[in-house]
Amino acid sequence: MNFFSATGIVFRRQLRQNLRNPVWIIIGLAQPVLYLCLFGPLLKPLASQIGTSNAYTFFVPGLLLQLGLFGALFAGFGLVSEWREGVIEAERVTPAPRTALLLGRVLRDCALVAVQGVVLIALGFAFGLRGDVGGMLLGLIITVLLGGACSSASYALGLATKSEDVLAPILNSIALPVMLLSGIMLPISVATGAPKWLVWLSDVIPTKYVVNGIRTAFTGDLLAGPTVWAFAWAAIFVAAGLWIGTRTFRKDA
Amino acid sequence: MIRARGLARTFQTRRGGEQVTVEAVKGVDLDVEAGEIVGFLGPNGAGKTTTLRMLTTLLAPTGGTATVAGHDLASDPVGVRRSIGYVSQSGSTASAGVKAGEEIVDHGLLYGIDRARAEARGRELFEQLDLAGMWGREPKTLSGGQRRRLDIAMGLVHDPGLVFLDEPTTGLDPQARANLWVHIAGLRQRLGTTVFLTTHYLDEADALCDRVLVIDHGEIVAADTPDALKRQVAGDLIELVLGDPSHVSLAAEHLARIASDSATDVNGAVVSGRVPSAGLELPGLLRSLDAAGVALASIEVRRPTLDDVFLTMTGRSLRDGR
Repeated sequence: MNFFSATGIVFRRQLRQNLRNPVWIIIGLAQPVLYLCLFGPLLKPLASQIGTSNAYTFFVPGLLLQLGLFGALFAGFGLVSEWREGVIEAERVTPAPRTALLLGRVLRDCALVAVQGVVLIALGFAFGLRGDVGGMLLGLIITVLLGGACSSASYALGLATKSEDVLAPILNSIALPVMLLSGIMLPISVATGAPKWLVWLSDVIPTKYVVNGIRTAFTGDLLAGPTVWAFAWAAIFVAAGLWIGTRTFRKDA
Repeated sequence: MIRARGLARTFQTRRGGEQVTVEAVKGVDLDVEAGEIVGFLGPNGAGKTTTLRMLTTLLAPTGGTATVAGHDLASDPVGVRRSIGYVSQSGSTASAGVKAGEEIVDHGLLYGIDRARAEARGRELFEQLDLAGMWGREPKTLSGGQRRRLDIAMGLVHDPGLVFLDEPTTGLDPQARANLWVHIAGLRQRLGTTVFLTTHYLDEADALCDRVLVIDHGEIVAADTPDALKRQVAGDLIELVLGDPSHVSLAAEHLARIASDSATDVNGAVVSGRVPSAGLELPGLLRSLDAAGVALASIEVRRPTLDDVFLTMTGRSLRDGR
């Protein structure tokens, strides 16, 4: 069984299931859209204080990261229910490479994050986001990469634990601090008056550099340090996520 | 079709902070010929599913060797997967967001079959398994028996010569079970498929299987035809229910004269014992009881079942283990 065609078969089957029940795609988009609509306007008068001329050019990259992180991090739940229905085992006894079973699913998640990201950026535009088109595209790519990394790791965790009860506390205890310390909503920097310990704490959270990089990219600075760092971190995350996912899918489950 | 030697699987678990090795399967030897329907019988936790998962490449053995459908389990697992069908206990299809027909076509594609052939084969299987008209239905809208037959169709889409069925009728009502037996027996009849099924229903093994392997505590304790296994249990069981409980010892004395090993069992007003052949012994027994003045409320004769076999082999009932 060819690796790429097996990946394609799994991808198509998964995507078809999503399209039949698009309500989850919409729910996944609801959180960042609500932040955009209900929190974004509060940032507008603070734009100069947080060191930007356009609050949405600051805020939308953060929401993109949130989308990539949260949308994909909870993908493992779907895998647990697929496992319970016997779908995973049924696929594992076929000659299809087991890595293809993972990759087809991860690519499906990447596709969903990409579509959701485009919708989010377009909505941001309606609110007043302005930026460089190439930069926004790069920001979207970084987001999708991050989403792929998260979904792969989440599938690994789902397959290893096979229990929503174990998955939920683990994922929540990762997601919330990461989101708060990445400076998605407000910048975490001494320049804008954040306490030193908090800045130090956020400095060790790699996703902070991803958000900063996407912000820089949005301004059109594609080769600036922060943008390159964001891309590098996203690549590292993808490599790590796929490594742990592949390892778990190849093992006995 | 299957040849396993010393197949074993141990698991490492922690119990009270101490590393413990659990031997789920302790070294199973088994042979299945092409065209056989073989039942794998044992209580839950006996090692049935673990053995099955090893033979279907879902779990790597920690010891032993096996050849399945002509391919070595350790060196050519993909070859094994290509040649076998597996229908797990939990099913094979998503319940919502998919259609029965799509699931079987996608499954065929994963075996490298082209779309047109997968669809033709799927429709043919739907016809044979009484699923005609279910092609466009969501699996969750099917009845339990239909869903199970869909799972079996999934396992057959690539025409495997060997099918593994893990407790195929668990959770089905009696009518659906009997119907499924007909379909499973039909697999061999029509396609010459070899069937290896696990079950903890004795009547299922009795009705369906040419041979039965009994597994307990991770070891095969018996392997033979259902009839030969039943012959190993010493004869038919006679149960005398006495009208007057004070006669039990007298009745037991009379039964012991004809019982194998002179062994009888007394439980309240019920005296029971096994005799080589109840048909031959019963008239004489009744006459002698009558002459001794022992009145019977009722009498029951039972041919040995596989449950009795299991009890004889392991000293406990199949049902205890469940």
